[in-house]
Amino acid sequence: MTTADPARSAADTLPPSLAANPRLSTWLDLSDTGHVLVRVGKVELGQGIWTALTQAAAEELGVDDSRVVVQPVSTAAGPAEGLTAGSLSVARSVAALRQVCAEVRALLIEVAAARLDADPAALVVRDGVVGTAAGDSAVSYWDLDADVLDRDARGPSWVRPAPAPADPPNPPRVDLPDKVLGRPRFLHDLHLPGQVWGRVVRPPVRAAHLSTVDTSLVGAHVIATVRQGDFLGVVAEREEVAIRAAAALADTAQWELPPNPAGTGDPAQPRRSAPADRIDVVNICDATAAVGVVTTVRATYTRPFLAHAAIGPSCAIARWAGSQLTVWSHSQGVYPLRAALAVVFGVPEQDVVVHHVEAAGSYGHNGADDAAFDAALLARAVPGRPVQVVWSRADELGSGPLGPAMAVDVEAGLDARGHVATWSVDVWSQGHVARPGYGGSHGLLGAAHRDRQVLPPSVDPPLAAGGGSVRNADPGYDFPARRVTGHRVVDTRVRTSSLRALGAFTNVFAIESLMDELSRRIGADPLEYRLAHLSDPRARAVLERAAELAGWRREQGGRDQAAADAGRGIAWARYKGTSGYCAVVADVEAVHEIRVTRLVIAADVGRIVSLDGVVNQLEGGAIQAASWTLLEQARLDGHRVTSTDWETYPILRFRAVPDVHVEVINRPDEPSVGAGEIAHGPTAAAIANAVRDALGVDVRDLPLTPERIVAALET
Amino acid sequence: MAPEGSSGTALTVNGTPVHTSVDPETPLLYLLRNDLGLKGTRFGCGQGLCGACVVLVDGHPTPSCDLPLWAAAGRDVVTVEGLASEGCPNRVQRAVLDEQAGQCGYCLSGIVVAATALLRDTPEPTADDVRTALERHLCRCGTHHRIVRAVLAAATGPGQRHDDG
Repeated sequence: MTTADPARSAADTLPPSLAANPRLSTWLDLSDTGHVLVRVGKVELGQGIWTALTQAAAEELGVDDSRVVVQPVSTAAGPAEGLTAGSLSVARSVAALRQVCAEVRALLIEVAAARLDADPAALVVRDGVVGTAAGDSAVSYWDLDADVLDRDARGPSWVRPAPAPADPPNPPRVDLPDKVLGRPRFLHDLHLPGQVWGRVVRPPVRAAHLSTVDTSLVGAHVIATVRQGDFLGVVAEREEVAIRAAAALADTAQWELPPNPAGTGDPAQPRRSAPADRIDVVNICDATAAVGVVTTVRATYTRPFLAHAAIGPSCAIARWAGSQLTVWSHSQGVYPLRAALAVVFGVPEQDVVVHHVEAAGSYGHNGADDAAFDAALLARAVPGRPVQVVWSRADELGSGPLGPAMAVDVEAGLDARGHVATWSVDVWSQGHVARPGYGGSHGLLGAAHRDRQVLPPSVDPPLAAGGGSVRNADPGYDFPARRVTGHRVVDTRVRTSSLRALGAFTNVFAIESLMDELSRRIGADPLEYRLAHLSDPRARAVLERAAELAGWRREQGGRDQAAADAGRGIAWARYKGTSGYCAVVADVEAVHEIRVTRLVIAADVGRIVSLDGVVNQLEGGAIQAASWTLLEQARLDGHRVTSTDWETYPILRFRAVPDVHVEVINRPDEPSVGAGEIAHGPTAAAIANAVRDALGVDVRDLPLTPERIVAALET
Repeated sequence: MAPEGSSGTALTVNGTPVHTSVDPETPLLYLLRNDLGLKGTRFGCGQGLCGACVVLVDGHPTPSCDLPLWAAAGRDVVTVEGLASEGCPNRVQRAVLDEQAGQCGYCLSGIVVAATALLRDTPEPTADDVRTALERHLCRCGTHHRIVRAVLAAATGPGQRHDDG
């Protein structure tokens, strides 16, 4: 048994998640003969991360995929990896797990060599069996002393993960069979012994206070009615009874409403008159460039508040045993949730266990954490019994955090050729993070209601983590002079938090729209114009590849044929300025409404861990972004979100979904990075640019509804 | 199960007769999930607007979240669990796996049920037929094309006939 290894020169040689959790046995467990149990801190959100982890572990250890079993994430065991967010799961967990598995393989070979009295260099691993090349003596991993795992990782200076295979792996999703066969797999399907059902009645608007409620009308089979502050809920033996009882409570509840926030401006826009925190991203002056500016072009681009709109509403199960709280949650951060629950219930953190269980796709900070509090508070009324809470569709669309509305002012100073000499961006947005633990708040909606408080304004992740409002506001072009400033609006009128890609969606839409407008001003091909400002070879490669795949004709602005009402647009970005590259070519038809007929995507996410996993994330990201771009906007009436069903918050359906073609450029020598958020911004901009191509009109406000386009045509 | 003639609701679920004394206003979904343990049919909106809870009622794809038990009385209900025979996935389920046509998978039960009904009625659908049949099913992860490909593949796949309810 070894403790901290002095041979490990510095923690900085380890992948960050491994440096924080260096014990090999935290990550791997070989105690189940024939199986490799993998524990990670990143959760499956429907993005396929378990498949990528399985693939990486199997490759490094030299075992068949089927032997690797990824364990559910729990605060009770495994490495604390914080949030599953920001497209970092591949970059962080996979990198850590590769190093762990490479070291474990090397350690086991050493032990096997001693056992077999052989030269370690002469041994090979075949599906977990270490033996000589000739096969005359061998021993399996599971027959070796597992204590070798009880030590800290030493890092790549001792052993490096295996080089990438020539062809990128393409494993099938490990979670899909259950989901296709309708087997219980989601948190919603978990049915614990003695389980009962809870439902919560939400205040009709933010900061409303409960004045009276008649709890006598909830009917039979209701076990408990819970009223604490402005928190109101029921627990019942049957789920449909809880739903009906909650509706009955809602009917009799009288709320004291806050003053109508009239005069605070367009509720669909970030409130520029509100106080704002300034975020200085970059400010590079260049006197020569400034002197050469002959024309200045300014434009503002906006998007509205957006809902997560998961198909399955937020859900949780909680059970109290004395002061011990156990929670089953689909939170993206079980550790921060545990800490927040400990705070709001006034119990020690070690008395709270949060187990992650899969739920419907999660695209950021949705109501999962809130539902965990709801279940926990209701469960206090029925000690020892697990209470399952499932949010209503209306609460899912109306009470969960929304992705913030944004406005992006862009100004380009052009030289005599019409090329960009100076560039400035001002981003206006509420904060993009209100997860538990951010901004010094527990972040839990129900706890705020219980305590008759309003949750504090959202904040932004630090710039080093990619920022929030200003994510991708710094363009990836070689502009000689540029200034990028964020204005994080301090406003609690609308509850906002992380939605896939954070500010990158709107910032890329803004930058890539203006680049398109500038190219057309001088009659340049939009692709050529971009390339003229772009030296990063990986960026050029995705742009040129997407254009080639789409049949982009540079001599006629991209189009392969001049059909009336049809248009083609291109856009790209490197997510966060440091992560995956993605270029999109969009084809649209603009007749009565905008119809996106095809999206062609070229992407570079470094070394490919799972090819179809990357393609699936890119296809899905592009389709979701097309839905945001064409259709989506949360509707607000003062403080109230009024888009609370699928008719008032429509998303793209089967008949309107564009064809999507994806090509991934494999870069075996570059680090693997995530693909789930890189297509969003480029897709929006490519669609808007295609609309400009089709109609000759600049539509700068999302979504690109027929009304918006008519309005733009008329101005 | 109560005898014939007593108060309650009688229906058939996946070929098995069911008699229940649950309040007849209860949506079918909760009987399926919580009384019969058939968790594969999923709650999405409670308003019949998203397709996550679709089951076959007398062969027709029908949302179960807003269908009261009294309206299901005497009907033949088939859920996603009833599509597989002896644990073997039906042709749509096999094709969805072959095409890796899912991300989170929460919408898939309803889609697989609806697509199975489509292929029963329209053995050789066009892509447009498939999209139209699935138009009321929402998918938030963006796996629509994979699903359409899977349903078309299920229709044309080798030896995939007469195996669906």
